[in-house]
Amino acid sequence: MMHKIETLEMVNVSKSFHGVRANDNINLKVSSGEILGLLGENGAGKTTLMNILYGIYQPDAGEIRVNGQRVTIDSPRASIEHGIGMVHQHFMLIQNHTVIENIALGYARAPGLFPQKKIRKSIVSFSEKFNFNIDPDKKVWQLSAGEQQRVEIVKALVNGAGLLILDEPTSVLTPQETRDFFQVLEKMRKDGQLIILISHKLDEIKKLCDRVTVLRKGQVVGHVDAEQMDKRSLARMMVGRDVIFSFSREKMPRKEKVLDVADVTVVGDKGYPVVNGISFAVYRNEIFGIAGVSGNGQRELVEAITGLRTVTHGRIRINDKDITNQSPRKIYNNGVSHVPEERIRFGIAPNLFLYENAILKQHHQKKFSRLTFLAYGRIKAHTRQLIKEFQVATPSINVQTKNLSGGNIQKLILGREISDKPDLLVASHPTYGLDVGATEYLRNQLLKRRTEGGAVLLVSEDLDELFELCDRTAVIFKGRFMGILESDDPRLADIGLMMAGTKNLRPGDGADASL
Amino acid sequence: MEELILSVVQRTLVAGTPLLLGTIGEIISERSGILNLGVEGVMAVGAVTAFIVTHHTGNPWLGLCAAIVAGMLISIVHAFASVSLQSNQVVSGLALTMLGLGVAGLLGKPYVGKPLAIKINAMPIPFLSDIPVVGPVLFNQSPFFYMAVLLAIGAWFVLEHTLLGIRIRSTGENPKATETQGVNVSLVRYLSVIAGGGFSAMAGAHLSISYSKSWIEGMTAGRGWIVIALTIFALWNPLRAMVGAFLFGGIFVLQYMLQPLGISPNFLAMPSPQRPGHAGGTLPPRRALRARL
Amino acid sequence: MLHFKVSDREQISAIGTFLTLVLALTAGMVVIGLIFLLCGVNPFFAFKKIFSGSFGSVFGFKETITKAIPLILIGGGLALAFKAKFWNIGAESQLLMGAIFGTWVGLHWGPVLPSPVIVPLMFVAGFIGGALWGLIPAILKIRFAINEVISTLMLNYICAEFLILLIVGPWKSKKKFGFPYTDDLPDSAILSLLPGSRIHTATLILAVVAVVVLAIVIYKTRFGYEVRVIGENPDAAKYAGIDFTRTTLLIMAISGGMAGLAGIGEVAGIHHYLSYPDSISSGYGFTAIIVAWLAKLNPLYVIFSGIFFSGILVGGDAIQISLGLPAATVDVFNGTLLFFLIMGDFFTKNKIRVLSGERA
Repeated sequence: MMHKIETLEMVNVSKSFHGVRANDNINLKVSSGEILGLLGENGAGKTTLMNILYGIYQPDAGEIRVNGQRVTIDSPRASIEHGIGMVHQHFMLIQNHTVIENIALGYARAPGLFPQKKIRKSIVSFSEKFNFNIDPDKKVWQLSAGEQQRVEIVKALVNGAGLLILDEPTSVLTPQETRDFFQVLEKMRKDGQLIILISHKLDEIKKLCDRVTVLRKGQVVGHVDAEQMDKRSLARMMVGRDVIFSFSREKMPRKEKVLDVADVTVVGDKGYPVVNGISFAVYRNEIFGIAGVSGNGQRELVEAITGLRTVTHGRIRINDKDITNQSPRKIYNNGVSHVPEERIRFGIAPNLFLYENAILKQHHQKKFSRLTFLAYGRIKAHTRQLIKEFQVATPSINVQTKNLSGGNIQKLILGREISDKPDLLVASHPTYGLDVGATEYLRNQLLKRRTEGGAVLLVSEDLDELFELCDRTAVIFKGRFMGILESDDPRLADIGLMMAGTKNLRPGDGADASL
Repeated sequence: MEELILSVVQRTLVAGTPLLLGTIGEIISERSGILNLGVEGVMAVGAVTAFIVTHHTGNPWLGLCAAIVAGMLISIVHAFASVSLQSNQVVSGLALTMLGLGVAGLLGKPYVGKPLAIKINAMPIPFLSDIPVVGPVLFNQSPFFYMAVLLAIGAWFVLEHTLLGIRIRSTGENPKATETQGVNVSLVRYLSVIAGGGFSAMAGAHLSISYSKSWIEGMTAGRGWIVIALTIFALWNPLRAMVGAFLFGGIFVLQYMLQPLGISPNFLAMPSPQRPGHAGGTLPPRRALRARL
Repeated sequence: MLHFKVSDREQISAIGTFLTLVLALTAGMVVIGLIFLLCGVNPFFAFKKIFSGSFGSVFGFKETITKAIPLILIGGGLALAFKAKFWNIGAESQLLMGAIFGTWVGLHWGPVLPSPVIVPLMFVAGFIGGALWGLIPAILKIRFAINEVISTLMLNYICAEFLILLIVGPWKSKKKFGFPYTDDLPDSAILSLLPGSRIHTATLILAVVAVVVLAIVIYKTRFGYEVRVIGENPDAAKYAGIDFTRTTLLIMAISGGMAGLAGIGEVAGIHHYLSYPDSISSGYGFTAIIVAWLAKLNPLYVIFSGIFFSGILVGGDAIQISLGLPAATVDVFNGTLLFFLIMGDFFTKNKIRVLSGERA
């Protein structure tokens, strides 16, 4: 069954979900010893295409050819047997199991008895070959994101994967880990490995790939040589027009202080502090950004400000009023709105009707209820106005909210959160995974909030987004701010180093001096 | 006095045997991510099947095999509902209990009050049973006892040291990730639930063709529910299940021994079901139970 | 060429839901018939007996209504708990605790208080008893993250043993020839019956009013909204500032309390004294789970599904006597019907389309 992959082609592949064409007649080809970049925005269909290749989805039409032969890939097992391995963006690891057990799970040649003992050798040898240095007996949850990714790669390689699909591999890595990872990829290319690298980061694509296939809205817009293209033209292909890197953001004088965070420490899920004595303030007419690789405490900081997590030390004030460790409802009533990350998980109840989700945080307000009874008439009127004002595309307000697209759900959440004109709007990764149109719309709404006199706290991993929108940007690393930069600060060029913790602009400010 | 203690220990092991068998089955099922509240019903089906087949063939071993097959077959219903239809496991498990108790009652009606001519008797193990003190207690037991202990060790071995075990545990911990590794999650779950049913039915068979040699409605007497609690008490580990099952078995025995002394048997039973609840609380609840409950 | 496509159903009409339900119940009945056939019972004869014993005769229908009372009360409370995805399977013992509390009040103050005072007091006590017992698993879940399925199950045992302890010990009557029963409730504490039946009207009215109120609470009030959000997405509920602790406690107080009402209703209306747990409740707490499920967790529909399953209980008793079938026969009905209801749910939630086309 196993044979070396020399070439792999996808021919005229199409796939639709709920009538939406995620992949439309896509062709691509990758040959031995090259890295193919698959470039496209979130929602362009990259992941869908690769999930087809990996047997998770079945294409509606089209075929896959290995070494020119048509093959049927109807399950991940079949894909593995054809020598295809995939490292998913969200790692597919069993957190409570050891590294060995995770690798044994998908290892085609793992023996039935004592698999842990018998495959240890091959794991160690792969690990040594690429300088991976992973302890096979550690539980996965004890590993850093970078180490977990290496486990994923070993998992694919022990099965003899001739083609490795990497889905946004650097999104969880620090710059240092990213450098190490690039070296591993170079080594693999020399070994004749086929690699497909999914990314929307132009730098990465330029640096690593031999050829690039660009996707937009489910279609191939071009196959190009990475060397011959500059970043601007790649970006144009990806987005379909010249990217406007400057939003209309005139400078505004800083007004009174809205949010005041003073020396706040927060304990994370694993029981140790993940926010270590952070202090900052956000003012009216300001968008304050927090940049950083995810997992450095930004989620917990946001949860502390919005009342979802206990503050163990320090104070948080809104308009000079202490709201430390108040209930989420009380904090909301004090003028703090929140567009949560993972919008479907936190932001809505998917099975409830649209109009019921439109008042998720306001249902206790007088305008929507009399005594204890909900005033459905007014709720529905409010919802109709909301979907009109915030351009939520829906057949009616009497549909279950899960039937809306991601962009429309996010518009609904944003509309709900800013319809009360909050003093502070906290937005976590508000445009993650949205198409260009929705992204632009949401960013403009954030700017509008700023112009109207609101304060906005924007947490994002998307540096472009932060540079476009923020008046000031803080960089968070291991629960500490590495510095707070004005939008015209030349040191913004070093933001990558700050995100990696190698550059600290405020060493005296409680931060770890050794960094 | 020594004789009394030995007799208590001996009877404790007998009373703990069906609990252990049932718990092994439930552990396997829950480790794959499926809570099966139908143990009580499957036990009843096992008990009645074993009885009827033994009654007609005169061969209790045939009865045991038939019981296991019956338990597996009826468990398919729960597997279908919770795996294929993705319905609520609590509701479907309760349905299985009702169905099992009902079918067992209907099937067994003509056999109530008819004792078996033959049952599976204690089987002394040569040489070992001659060891003083320990011998007669541990090695002069019903074959069900030996099977239960061996199966517990076997189940532990399979779960911890085989590829199949890794697949079962991975399925319970993170079905999506397991699926991407080419494992057929639905199949693993079906097999685990069905195997669990076989164990429960074996526990039931022990009641009707070894522990006693008769069938009466309700003879499982809530053991299926205790199994559910024991599974948590054992922290989903078949070896710990032995400790738990025989501890509970001991409580059963003490309860009956103290009865003639004027102590209400129910009084002693009271603290027993509380324990697993505490264990489940002080230790991290496993995903298998949190999932979709 | 035909192929099937399973996908999320966007919306389903009320008629569609109802038809699926009828279909599921019919299919369930067919399977039950087959089971009867396999067990050597003529299914047509059995069904005829069940129907005439429950709905087809005046006496039977009265009994059906009598047994529907606790099912409606408990089913309504369970519908609320299940809406919040709190799997209360301990209604059986919440019923018993209500019976214990209410009986205590009746025995102690019954002799000195007139009926219009003592009866409401007993219901209040019954509600409190059930509510307190229902709060235990809620607290265990909130405080120690103990799964409520296990805790409610185990509490069923503890409560049953506690009741037995009471009736063989301190509460044992001296007038009952050594049987483990309590004294009879005084006359003032006994509910009046609809003449010629065992229907205790006070509890019946209470049950119907309670589920109607509950339906309004779930669908029209802030609390009900919060219950539904918690059930649909607990993370979103937390994010929305809904107090999980407070809401869960309230849910379980109501759910347990309603079972408690059923418990004191049974004692004051029918038994008049406490005795063994199985004679006070013939598995109402478990049957009510199916009642709530058949009603699609809508307390209003619980009235109908309660009467339906009560009919099966009563009809089951009838065939037990006339065909000499075991008591567990009713379980065959309940178990099978529950399975078919689950399957029906699958079809209402998912769209299975038969498409014709080239692609598979």
